[in-house]
Order: sequence, then structure tokens, then C-alpha cells
Amino acid sequence: MSVTLPAGQVYVPGGGGGKPAPAGDNYLNHGTSILSWALTLDHKRIGLMYMVGVLSAFLLGGTFAIGLRTELFDPSPFFNKNSSQAWEFYNHMFTMHGAIMVFLFIIPAIPAILGNMVLPLMLGAKDVAFPRLNLLSFWIWVLGAVLFTFILLGGVVRVSVPAATWNGWQAALDGLHIGWILPGGLDTGWTFYTPYSTSKSTAGVVPATMGAFVLGFSSILTGVNFIASIHMLRAPGMTWFRMPLFLWAIYGTALIQILATPVLAITLMLLMAEKILGVGIFDPALGGDPVLYQHFFWFYSHPAVYIMILPAMGIISDVISVHSRKHIFGYTFIGFSSVAIALLGFLVWGHHMFVSGQSPMANAIFSLLTMSVAIPSAIKVFNWVSTLYKGDVRLTTPMVYALYFIVLFTFGGLTGLFLGAVSTDVHLTNTYFIVAHFHYVMVGSTLFAFLAGVYHWWPKMFGKMYNEKVGVIAATIVFIGFNLTFFVQFIAGSLGMPRRYATYPEQFHIYHQISTIGAYVTACGLILVLCHWISSLRSGKKAAANPWGGNSLEWHIPSPPPHDNFVGKPIGNDPYDFSQWKETGENVWEFDPSVSPTPIRARP
Amino acid sequence: MSTISPTHTATDPHGGHGDHAAHPAHLAHHFDDAEQQYTAGKLGMWVFLGTELLMFGGLFCAYSIYRSNFPEVFAYAHQFLDRKWGAINTIILIASSLSMAWGVRAAQLGQQFLLRVMLLLTILGGAGFMVIKTIEYTHKYHSHLFPGRVNKFSAAYAGEKVVLDSFMSEHEGSEGEPAAKGESTAGMKTEAAPAVPATPVPDAIKPHLTVVGDGPVYIDPNAGQGDAAKIVPNFSHPAGLTPAMLPASAAEAHVSAHSVMVHDNLTLTEQKRVSTFFSIYFLMTGLHGVHVLVGMGLIGWVFLKSLGGTFGPEYYTPVDLVGLYWHLVDLIWIFLFPLLYLIH
Amino acid sequence: MTLMTNSIFSLLGEGRTSLWLPSNGSNFAGDIDWLFNIILWITVFFTVLILGLMVYFVIRYRHTAGRMPEPSTSHSTTLELTWTIIPTILVLGIFFYGFRGFVDMMGAPPDTYDIQAQARTWGWTFTYPNGATDENLHVEANRPVRIILQSSDVIHALYVPAFRVQKYVVPGRYNRMWFTPNFIRGTGATTETLDFYCNLYCGQLHSNMIGKVYVHTTEDYKKWLADAADWTKKFTPLQAGENFYKKSGCMQCHSMDGSLGTGPTWKNLFASQQPLADGSSVLADENYIRESILYPAAKIVKGYNNVMPSYLGQLKDRDIDALITYMKSISENYKGSPDDLNPKMPPSVPVQLNPLDPIIH
Repeated sequence: MSVTLPAGQVYVPGGGGGKPAPAGDNYLNHGTSILSWALTLDHKRIGLMYMVGVLSAFLLGGTFAIGLRTELFDPSPFFNKNSSQAWEFYNHMFTMHGAIMVFLFIIPAIPAILGNMVLPLMLGAKDVAFPRLNLLSFWIWVLGAVLFTFILLGGVVRVSVPAATWNGWQAALDGLHIGWILPGGLDTGWTFYTPYSTSKSTAGVVPATMGAFVLGFSSILTGVNFIASIHMLRAPGMTWFRMPLFLWAIYGTALIQILATPVLAITLMLLMAEKILGVGIFDPALGGDPVLYQHFFWFYSHPAVYIMILPAMGIISDVISVHSRKHIFGYTFIGFSSVAIALLGFLVWGHHMFVSGQSPMANAIFSLLTMSVAIPSAIKVFNWVSTLYKGDVRLTTPMVYALYFIVLFTFGGLTGLFLGAVSTDVHLTNTYFIVAHFHYVMVGSTLFAFLAGVYHWWPKMFGKMYNEKVGVIAATIVFIGFNLTFFVQFIAGSLGMPRRYATYPEQFHIYHQISTIGAYVTACGLILVLCHWISSLRSGKKAAANPWGGNSLEWHIPSPPPHDNFVGKPIGNDPYDFSQWKETGENVWEFDPSVSPTPIRARP
Repeated sequence: MSTISPTHTATDPHGGHGDHAAHPAHLAHHFDDAEQQYTAGKLGMWVFLGTELLMFGGLFCAYSIYRSNFPEVFAYAHQFLDRKWGAINTIILIASSLSMAWGVRAAQLGQQFLLRVMLLLTILGGAGFMVIKTIEYTHKYHSHLFPGRVNKFSAAYAGEKVVLDSFMSEHEGSEGEPAAKGESTAGMKTEAAPAVPATPVPDAIKPHLTVVGDGPVYIDPNAGQGDAAKIVPNFSHPAGLTPAMLPASAAEAHVSAHSVMVHDNLTLTEQKRVSTFFSIYFLMTGLHGVHVLVGMGLIGWVFLKSLGGTFGPEYYTPVDLVGLYWHLVDLIWIFLFPLLYLIH
Repeated sequence: MTLMTNSIFSLLGEGRTSLWLPSNGSNFAGDIDWLFNIILWITVFFTVLILGLMVYFVIRYRHTAGRMPEPSTSHSTTLELTWTIIPTILVLGIFFYGFRGFVDMMGAPPDTYDIQAQARTWGWTFTYPNGATDENLHVEANRPVRIILQSSDVIHALYVPAFRVQKYVVPGRYNRMWFTPNFIRGTGATTETLDFYCNLYCGQLHSNMIGKVYVHTTEDYKKWLADAADWTKKFTPLQAGENFYKKSGCMQCHSMDGSLGTGPTWKNLFASQQPLADGSSVLADENYIRESILYPAAKIVKGYNNVMPSYLGQLKDRDIDALITYMKSISENYKGSPDDLNPKMPPSVPVQLNPLDPIIH
């Protein structure tokens, strides 16, 4: 399926015809006022704004994680007096950690930052299909983040005043039915399980669910935008099977975003109605069913896990192929496995309730479907490894992250088998085994893929290169720290350590200590990554248009891209055919139109 | 295998970006031509409508689970909804859908005046719908059938006069034991005391209730004095609560009353559940009402644009998309009406 | 440091044969451990395979100056079908054995005896067939037992790692679990002690909602049941009151030394005037205390939240009387004779309280 240009046409990198942008003009300096950023319709600028916001959220969530691990290193000093505040403080910390990381960081991380940044570039488009919606979705995200911050501040106030004073305030406000003004933190866990969230927990549940509700709309708008863009804005010549795999992954992600998020929205609305008005859908005293809430919630939140991991897989497919100079192995299988994961992901939510007392038939079906998700995941891993075969593997920073991703995803994925099998899940559910499993998948895999993607597209985004050695060292520190933190949690969990415990029996002490040390190592590594970025921005070498020799369309235009991305229309080509690019210097590849692209069928 | 078709040349048909003069005013810079923009908009709208359906789907799901668990509660509670108003509203919405579709057609044919008239008619339909909804909501408010912890059917309901006061000052979770506290603590010595304390029958709703004739009288020791103590226990009538299943005398008593089932015949728990029915009712119709308002706003926006003669055979995307949205709003009501008003 | 050394020794605790799993305490442990180990070996095999290949490829084909990628195929249907089909077969097998194990856990044999477990924030009450109640779970070795789970307030979960059983405790619904416990450390002892946990987050003191499972021999179990059923034989009301205070969950929220907690302190509570949230106040007499235990929401003390679960059906009249006696004993406001508090039993009987097992080292 080679591209044949019409007679008389000469391929021009970055498209042809039209007027080129003035020299030195790019999206970063195209307008410098604050409003030119805040009201920009440029997908690249919106991506960058997301990056600042989402990474701030990550910093906040990470601070809570360090707080948790510090407390768990040795809980005894915190709990030596007869006060409930210490327990409460711990509960607030793990809730805020989970809620911020899930709703504000992992879900928007790859689609909203990297998706916005490179999806139109990869499509050969000037922007996403609906730029105004895109901007709206960013500001909705900000609104959601503000609501979460509001709870956070409430939590700070709560732990800093005496309990009696606090209760007095709250009673007064409750009397006026505006208890939510003083949210007092959030202690339900990020899942807001009923009836605890509706009957016992602090008033912070209302702004928190409101925040998640609002963030859901941000997610939906992004999803609608990406689906329409991929359907409508592909460059001429870019058939579905000539899209970069990152786009397939984003497509699968967008499908989940639009299909699952509305259900979360309505669930949270019911939860708010229950908390504020006393509606009894989830209240057993009124004939409601608290487990129904869990079904509703996981109908969204399990697919949400795939919102987190699918785009990560897309990044890895691209990074591995480009940095080993090899055509991706088994393109079709990888592409279809993305969509298969997206669809199967909708049918497995019940595996969160294996021990809730639901019917054995339901358990059987959910277990079987859960198991089947393992198959497309396995296909992807084998295809990635096969891509390396006979390649020209360059251990650049993004490649190192991608390889670490394969390690972590293999661990995370295979430990899922323990949890998909019903009888072993009965023993392991809600223990640290679960905690370790989903951190391997959601943090290990997604975070590493995110970092791989950021490093991969960094030269494109900012037009600066970075020091590879420092990058690789930082990646390795994060990798070691991460494994130290979470591998022992598998053991603690299978021995029976329950999650969300502020204190724990003696026999688990050693695991918690190792885990905490690992958390500190991870934090050091991530701080190094941040410094690395800053130093690259300040003093990085200027990046070439194509520093890696990639062939997807974003590498055909200057770094950083001009405001309008492409001059005229580019031609979609096989993104994994690198034969037309020649390495002419360190991190500089030049397009050589005299070489004809490798026809796919003729490739040996 | 595939060659690039001549229409998709490598050069930009519009001579490159930044040359806005070459574009029609309504064509965004990142689209090739009006058709692509129209198709993209339509696709986006359909996807968005899909998410809307799923959102209502969550409520429909909650509705069906609750209804299948407690069919008698729904059969009882829906009597408080006025079918007449519901039917009128259905007709109004269907008619407004027609005028909307007509409007789209007018836009496509460039009939500016007809388009404006049709858009106005559609807005009028929406407004009529909302007015009727307001009438219905007001009725319910006056009969204390609102979502919330304190309404006619909740245990803390204390009658016409005090209900709003208690609603305002009600302390979270402090309802539930109104009858059990106070001087009757002695009654609690028995372990068999019911978990759900009895509720006095409020004066305000007595006129609405038919007194059950010769049914067994059960005195709840915890229920205070007087009429409040005459609580019909839940074992006196089987679960179905349909007249056929009531004792003969009670069923006869119903015949004279205007409704099939009466408040007294519900067990205390069922009375509480009735308020959940109204919560579902208000959530569903409320969310739908918000959609109607949004739709009216959007149509109003399209109307204002149509005054400038923006739309014609070349460009009618906004009219078409808003029309799609309006049909969805209509469609949802067509499901809501039978599910809420026409239950058996 | 000592802590750390101790912990390392506890890595392989008594009766444990695996680094991963706790000791084998019930009829289910064998099957579940078998499946766990099978999956573990599958995991190890694939990890070694994937990582081995990956590391080999990275080293073998790493970039050196002037190196070009060698030509190789970009897809192979045979290969890709292979690694689609093999995982499919494996996961189907795992599913089958996993579900079979679960079905065993669903169907209790007909000859079980029932223990009612009532969970509340934040504690447990187990009611035994003869009416005895206890905050810990006592079971007879080698005899199938069924636990009927119910909750007074929010969702909890009963989790006994050594038995490999776990179930949510959902308000408004009975959940059940069954198992046949066995002695882990062989013969000799008459009881054996294991841990159980609440394993679904339930609020402030979730991590204190843990307890012990005692596995008794048959004779020992009979003896324990008989003793547990009637505290009047063993304790004075005052002792029993203190016992209930510690065992029924009062202690989690109500201090006896005046310090602040989730609920009002019991020090000097009895016969004092309690200010209420609605602005009135009430005399804390026997009636008030009884009402507060059975219907906690009826009167909320100013400055506190309505979070206490009802003890209706869990504490009997004489248990509440015992608690009131205990409260009198720590209240200066109580003006009665001290003899009233401790009449029935000669003080020579040794008090055998179950000390609350230390939660924190």
C-alpha cells in the first residue's frame, strides 16, 4: 500500500503549497499575551496548559503518597494518644491521594496532554475538529481541580482546629443546610462507596463528587473531539491502517471516555442527591441497594483504567518502533487489540464485587471476561518485544522508559491473573496485593509511558534537546524505587495485609518499611526528572525537526511546530517506514525524497 | 495499491492558511471544505447525543431496578402524577419536534421567513412544556411531595404547618426516631422493639386518606398516644397491595375513594420508599427539564443568527445540530411519560 | 533496628511454608494455594521469557556506529496466532479452576452450625448458637461452620487470611460464608489464635476493626461456649461492665479518662447534665443512657456527630445494666453507695478479661 503521488507532484515534508510561516514563528511565540494563552484555540497550547495543570495535580497527589508512606513506615508515634484525629488524618490523606491521582492526573495525563499535543500533528491536520470545545474542556478541568482544592483546604482547616470547635461550626452550618461550605476534607476513599459516603462521612463528599462530575464533562468533550478528528481530519493517503498506533490507542480511549463517563456522571449525581436530599436509591433503609452503587461506579471506573493504560500502550508502540528503527511488528494485531481492550473493558466491572455476595453466575461471567482481557494485552507485549528483533536499538531516554514499561506492564498484567480467577481473588481482594497490582498497571505502566512520550515528543514540543545520560539515570532511579515500593506489597497483600489501614499488625512491618524506602527513592528520581526538564528548557541544545528519524507526520514539520502546523496538506504515509530518513548528525535526520518508500508487501 | 485521488492533491485547495479571504466566513481554518466541516459537526453531535443517552441510561437503570424491587410502591405513587398534564406535554413536545424538523428543512431550502417562524414555534413549544412542568411541580410542592428528607412520606413529616420549618432546621440524621424518643422509653425494655419506629399520621394528610374499615388494629407500644398508635402492621396485607389482595372490607372501602390504593395500606417502610419514587421522578424530569431549557437557549441562539440570514443551502449546520439535540430531548420525554405516568 | 530484625524473622512465621501465603488454616486453603502457585509459576515463566528476550534483543541489536537495521518481517500471522491462542488456553484453564474453587466456597455442607456476625463501625459482635456473644470469632476445629454476616450501618468485610475466606458485610442483606478450620501447628494445643480483619474501608477507625479467630478443640469449644454464654457466673456487674466497655466497641469512641474522642467521655458522665445539639440539656440517668445505647440518634450531645450505631439486639438488658454500673463507678456525680455497685460476688474470684490485643507494636 505505497503512496503514489499524482503525476507532477513532488513530496514536500510538511505538506506543500501555501505560504510558509515566517521564520522563527512557532506556536510558543505566536502571541505572547496571557490571553493569547488562556483563550487560545491552538491544540498545542491547550496541551501545554494541561501539562502544567496536570503535573501540578501530580505533585500534590505525590505529596500525599509520600505522607502516607511516611506514616506507614512506623505508625506508632502517630497513634499513642487517645485521639481520633490521627486516624482521620490518614484516611483523608489516602483519599486525597487516590482522588487527585485518578481524576486529576492519570485520566487526563496522556489523552489531554500528549493527545492534544500530537494527535492533530499525527493526523496531518491544522487542529482538532472542534477547537472551541477543546478549550472549554480545559477550563472545565480547571473548575474540577478548583473543587478538589477546595476540599483540600477544608481538610487543612479541619485538622488545624480542635474537634469541638469544628463540630460546633459544622452543626451551625448544617442547620442552614450549607454544610458543604465547610467540606472538612474527604475520607471516603476515591471510590465514594455508599452508604459510608452518604451517611457517615464528612460533607466534603459533595464538592468532591461535584468535582469528579465536572471533570467527567471535560473528559467527554475531549473524547468527542478526538473521535471526530480521527474520523474527519486524517490527511489524504492516511487510511485507518496507516494511522500511527498512538492514534488507534487514542481512538479506543475516546470511545471509552464517551461511553463510560456519562454513567459516572449520573452515578455521582445520584450520590449527591442521596447525600443532600436523602434519596434512597443506594440506602438499604429505604429499600435501596448499596452494592448497586458499586456496580454503577465500576461500570465507569473499570473502563477508566483502560482510559489510563490504552494511550500508554499507543505511546509504547510508537516509541519502540522509532527508537529501534524497525517497522512495528504486527500492526493490525496491535491496532485491533486496542479496540478489543476498549470494548472488553466495559464488560468486566463486576470483578470488583466478587466477594460482595453477587450471584455465582455473575461471578463466572465477569471472571471469564476479565481473563479474556489478558489476551489482547499479551499480544501487545509479544509484538513489542518482536519489534526489537533485528532492529537498531538506541537506548535513548524515551526508549529506556519504554523498556521499563514492558517490565512493569508484564508484572502488572500477569498479577491480574491472580485477581481475575475468582477463588484466589476471594483471598486477595482489597489487600495490598490489589494495591500493588493497580499501581504497577496505573502508575508503573501509565506513568512510565507518559514519561516515555514526554521525552519522545519533548524536542517537538519545545524545540530543545536534553542530556540523555541524566535522563537515563533518572529513569533508572524511578524504576528501582518503584519496584522497591510496590513489589513487596504483593507479598504483604498475599499474606493478608488489608488496604487502607492506618496501623497494622507487627508481621507486616518489614514490608511497609521497604515500601516506604522505595517511595522516597521514587520521589528522588521524579524530582531529578523535573530538574532535567527545567535544565533542558533553560539550556538545551536546539532540536532538529526530526531528532529520532520517526516518520509519522509530526516529524515532517519544524520543531517546535508553527502555529498552523502544516503548510497545505501533507500526505499520509506508512508511519513505521523509516527508509526515507538519513541520519546526518547527532539527533538530526534528513528526509531524502530520492529514496522510494518501502512498499509494505515487498518488505522482506 | 491505493493512489491518491485527484481531489486530494497535495496542495491546499484554499491556497494555504492565513488567507482567510478565500474561505467562506463560516468555514474554520482547519477544515478543507464546508462539507467536511458539516460532516465533522454532525458526527460530533451524534457522539455527544450518545453520551446524553448513556447519562439518562443510568437513571433509567436506577428506575428499573427500584421498580422491579418495589412494584407496588410505583403503582401507588404514580397516582400522584397528573396524566392529563403529562399527555398534553407529550403532544406539545412532539409538535415542537415537527416544527424543528420543518425549520431544518426551511434552512436547507433557504426559506428564511419560514425558518424563523418554525424556530419561534419550537421555542414556544419548549416554553409551553416548561410552564406545564412548573404547574405540576407547584402542585407537588404544595402537597409536600418534594425530593428530600422531609416530605409527605418521610418519617419526619410533621404536618402542613411545621414541615418547612423542620426541613430547614433538620439536623442531619436526627430524623428517624421522632416517636421513639420522649417519655416512652419504658417501652424499649423489650428487645422486640421495632427497628423502624412508628410515625404519627399527620393531620395534614388525613383528609386524603381512606380509613381502613375492619382491618386488624395493632397498637404499637412505642408510637405515642391517640390515633398515632393505630398503625396497620405490614402483615395485615400481603405485599401486592392491589385491591384484589386486600381484605374484602378494605377493598370495598377503596371503591368509594377516588384512588386505587391508599396511604394507610402502605407499610411504614413502603411509605418511606414512596418518597424515593418522587426523588426518582424529580431527578429524571428535572434533568430532562434542564435539557429542555438548554435546548430552548440553543434554538434562541440559532434564531438570532437566522435573523441575519446566515443560513441557507450552503450552510445550515447549527440548525441541523440543534435540531438533532431537540429531537433527543423529545425522545427522552417519550420514554419518561409512560414510565412515570402510565404505570400499572 | 530490633524491630527490623524481629520482622525479618517473622517473614516465615509459624506454620508457613511459602513466602507468599499465610499458613494453611481451612479446607479451602489447599485448593486456593494450589491455584495461586500455578499462576505464580505461569507468571514467573512469562516474565522470564519476555524479559529474557527483551534484554537479549536490546543487547544483541543495540546501536553501534554505522549499524543499520537488518531486514526482517514486520508481521507473521503464524507467530501472532500462536501468542494469541496459547494465552487463551491458559486463561481459560485459570478461569475454570478459579471458578470451581469459588463454587466450593458457595455451597455449604448441610451439617454446619451457624454463627451470626454483626459488624458495626468499628467492631464486631459474634453470636453463637447458644446465645453467647463475643467480639472475637471462636470456632471448632475440623467442623464446618457457617457465618451469617450482617451490618448495622455501612458496608464492612470479614476477612480471615489464614482461612482464605472473605465476604462483604452489607447492610440490609444477609451474606454468608462457610469453612472448616483446622489446626495449623498440629496437635498439642487446645486453642490456636489467628487474625481477622475488616477489609472494606468503613471510616475513621477502620484499621482498628480487627480481631482474633480462636480455633478450639471440640471439648475446649464446648467449655468456652458454656462460659461465654453467661457472664453472671464469672463476673460482677461492674467487672462485666468494664468488659463490655472494652469488647463491644464503646472504648473506640468514648474515653474513660476525660479525653476527647469521637463520642463524649464517660468520666463523670453519669448523673451529669448533658447539653444537646438542639440547645436543651438532659440528665444522664439510666433512661438516657439506655436510650443512647439503643437509639443513639435520639439525643445528640452538643458538639458531636450522629455516628454511633444502634446496639439494639446486640446488648441484652443485663448487659446494659452492667455498663451503667460501670459508668456509675467512674462518675463523681453518682451519689449512691459504692456497695451498690459491687454486691453479688466475693472479690476473691479472679477477673479474667480478654485484653484487647495490641494493634500497634
